[in-house]
Amino acid sequence: MLRSSQPLPGPNRRRCREDEALLGTILDEAERGFILDTRSAQAAKQARMSGGGTEPKSSYPQWRRLHRPLERGRALQESFARLVDACSDPSLSMDRWLGRLESSRWLSHVKAALSTACLAAQCMDREQSSVLVHGAEGTDTTLLVTALAQVILDPSCRTLMGFLGLLQREWIEAGHPFHLRCAHSAYSHARPKQEAPLFLLFLDCVWQLSRQFPFSLQFGERLLLTLFDNAYASAYGTFLCNNEKERSLCKVKENTHSLWAWLSQPKEQQKFLNPLYSHNILVIWPSVEPQSIQLWQGLFLRWIRPSQHLDEAWAEIQRLVEEN
Amino acid sequence: MEHIRMPKVENVRLLDRLSSRKAVLGTLYLTATHVIFVENGSETRKETWVLHSQISSIEKQATTATGCPLLIRCKNFQVIQLVIPQERDCHDVYISLIRLARPVKYEELYCFSFNPKLDKEEREQGWKLVDLTEEYNRMGVPNNYWQICDVNRDYGVCDSYPTEVYVPKSATAHIIVGSSKFRSRRRFPALSYYCKDNNASICRSSQPLSGFSARCLEDEQMLQAIRKANPGSDFIYVVDTRPKLNAMANRAAGKGYENEDNYSNIKFQFIGIENIHVMRNSLQKMLEVCELKSPSMSDFLWGLENSGWLKHIKAIMDAGIFIAKAVAEEGVSVLVHCSDGWDRTAQVCSVASLLLDPYYRTMKGFMVLIEKDWVSFGHKFNHRYGNLDGDPKEISPVIDQFIECVWQLMEQFPCAFEFNERFLIHIQHHIYSCQFGNFLCNSQKERRELKIQERTYSLWAQLWKNRADYLNPLYRSDHSQTQGTLHPQIAPCNFLYKFWSGMYNRFEKGLHPRQSVTDYLMAVKEETQQLEEELEVLGERLANLQKSQLGDNKVKSKQQDRSKQLGLSTSNNSLANTPQEYSNDLKSFPSWSPSQGDEEDSALILTQDNLKSSDPDLSANSDQESGVEDLSCRSPSGGGCLPSEDSGKDSDEAVFLAG
Repeated sequence: MLRSSQPLPGPNRRRCREDEALLGTILDEAERGFILDTRSAQAAKQARMSGGGTEPKSSYPQWRRLHRPLERGRALQESFARLVDACSDPSLSMDRWLGRLESSRWLSHVKAALSTACLAAQCMDREQSSVLVHGAEGTDTTLLVTALAQVILDPSCRTLMGFLGLLQREWIEAGHPFHLRCAHSAYSHARPKQEAPLFLLFLDCVWQLSRQFPFSLQFGERLLLTLFDNAYASAYGTFLCNNEKERSLCKVKENTHSLWAWLSQPKEQQKFLNPLYSHNILVIWPSVEPQSIQLWQGLFLRWIRPSQHLDEAWAEIQRLVEEN
Repeated sequence: MEHIRMPKVENVRLLDRLSSRKAVLGTLYLTATHVIFVENGSETRKETWVLHSQISSIEKQATTATGCPLLIRCKNFQVIQLVIPQERDCHDVYISLIRLARPVKYEELYCFSFNPKLDKEEREQGWKLVDLTEEYNRMGVPNNYWQICDVNRDYGVCDSYPTEVYVPKSATAHIIVGSSKFRSRRRFPALSYYCKDNNASICRSSQPLSGFSARCLEDEQMLQAIRKANPGSDFIYVVDTRPKLNAMANRAAGKGYENEDNYSNIKFQFIGIENIHVMRNSLQKMLEVCELKSPSMSDFLWGLENSGWLKHIKAIMDAGIFIAKAVAEEGVSVLVHCSDGWDRTAQVCSVASLLLDPYYRTMKGFMVLIEKDWVSFGHKFNHRYGNLDGDPKEISPVIDQFIECVWQLMEQFPCAFEFNERFLIHIQHHIYSCQFGNFLCNSQKERRELKIQERTYSLWAQLWKNRADYLNPLYRSDHSQTQGTLHPQIAPCNFLYKFWSGMYNRFEKGLHPRQSVTDYLMAVKEETQQLEEELEVLGERLANLQKSQLGDNKVKSKQQDRSKQLGLSTSNNSLANTPQEYSNDLKSFPSWSPSQGDEEDSALILTQDNLKSSDPDLSANSDQESGVEDLSCRSPSGGGCLPSEDSGKDSDEAVFLAG
């Protein structure tokens, strides 16, 4: 699986031999690859006018292009804000709750993200083909898809340390602009242009996987919530800045502590482990039917409904497993 | 058998609900009690059994090139789509099923031919498992405030009530009879639940025949008697579970509700749960959403909201919460009624009891609860669930809603119930299946006339026998969550109500988490117990051996080996699942697999397991199904004991390339 940003043929349909050669090295003679573009076909076409675009079939004959539009940017942030609004509105009658939930469209985004990641995974696992994933900049929906696909495909990404490694690779080092994206979260009226909860969407998708496959992830909800918290405000330097260049300029590694270091301490790790975990070498294929995708109550209702009974249930599960 | 035109049809295709490509070829059989589809596969021969009683509707669709489609919708939400090659055969099957699914006599029902091979004494014992007199005694009645009343011993006062009801000490026979004449269907106020800690009670009745201005001294005295039976409070609540408008409309028909001016010391309250027609339509709309082919999130959520189903569930729950609060926190007695006092009243009283009393959250207690508030108090099972062919306007998912309320509570309080989701699903299944005699007819009187207990078997006995399958591993009777009253969050709480896909999409395996946490934890629990017992035994042996002065080491290593042997393995290849279609049109398909101990099948097992003897025509290979029973995790030695795992059988389509 490869990721990149969009190619730049532009309105003049430029070609780039080096780019074609690079992609050519991936595939053998008779092989076919897939390009998964996270923009709609129309949006991708329009991008050409402003210098971007898609890989033309003629120049990349071995690659088949698939479009799976995923929402990002302003629209995703709006969706997030509306959902949080709906959850905290005490006056909502049951009549209108589902409608509000629906009009936030958040769950539709979760469904779309999971479906696209599964598609990428299918290309690799079922079709035995390579996949190139890109959107426009390659820093948002691209990373969402590649990271999620790896959780689905690769059992080592489902271990605690493997997952943290995945985050480091596919989100932090790959240059997801955390500083811009996770500036203000849902309550702020500021609505800066660059703000968007892609990382949260990723965590939500991982949570959906943990619900559908309760034995397959080595970590539980608590880890996901901790990651969410730290992406926005953290005592650690892991999520600072927007890319590796900025981090090295700010000397992040010299001046701050790493969240991963803290999490990997055995004492801390204990708190985040899933007592039901057992190493599953197989690929986990989630159901993306609407009935299978649920609102992540642990996150969105975190401060609204008491979690006591559910915590007690987990404590009980822990106890049962430990006793054994 | 005379209604069966075609007992066997070959080359029938069973379609997957969503993907017609995933059709299975097999043979269709029609028996006196079941429709059976047997797959043609060589090793597996998977069977699908459907009781006629479960059939809700049959639709014959337009003939296509591949054959004539027949859609069977079941009351347990299973939807079966068959394609029969010849139109004529399809028509015959259709006509036969129409008749078979609408029995006119009780004797046609499966419970009268079902034979679990128990002798007469065992059958009797089965019926005695739930004893209501014992239950009322457990509650603490009869006592100084409450007495048994046998004025209805020949059903002379109210034919939908049981022969024994509990009434306040100060309610004389005269008062009771007078009050019954002033109540719809003669259903006078009677005790449903008594709280011995504070003497508050929940009583139930039907609406008074008050019209605009009628009064009845005895009825007013009856309510006073209820109040006096609770010295801790100087008033009682009267809760009318109907919307105010409906109740007022009833007044024009000479019925209505209690006027606070006429009845001394009552506080009247409307709760506003809709009637059976609204509920029937609501369920219908929700099922239509479930039948949508590859719905978007939007379609699904809008559809769910439009059906109003969760809103109704919440309304019932809110009513139960109000009553439980009144009893537990205020110490005030409550009289509950709706129109006839056998639908919403039953729902609300049983939810309230469940919240109040931890006993009803145990398996036995739950059976007792249903027996008390639903069976004995004359809920019209026959009319509501269509045992026999009747008025379609009487059909309504009343008890289904109650069962769903219980599930919603289980989701909010995972440690509080002794039983699990499967228990609820099986009970719902058998309310419609007519395999057991518990839920037949409309009243105790009718059941006794038909001699149900002598001619059929009790579901409770069957469930009790298999109770290991129904336990909730997180339940501990000494856990804080299981003690005392349950307090569900009141507001905001809309988001707490979830769509119950385990019930309404029960048969779509692809939708559900592939790994059952409940079953795994039960296995863990059992293994721990076994290990502890082992440890004890070995410990004793060790003590003995020490006495006879043998080396310690030998014994210790033996211990270690045994624990390794019993080690649970959860990861095995049967966890493999197949991807659904993630492509553009997102057609999804449940992963088919030879069923290995799927939860659904155990419901079927209850039906067909003992049928083998009474239906000699069937050469159906039921080995696999009975094999499944043995697989159920009782001793998790070695791997391969986790039920509901799909085998690694892959589907062979290159699925997403349609994009």
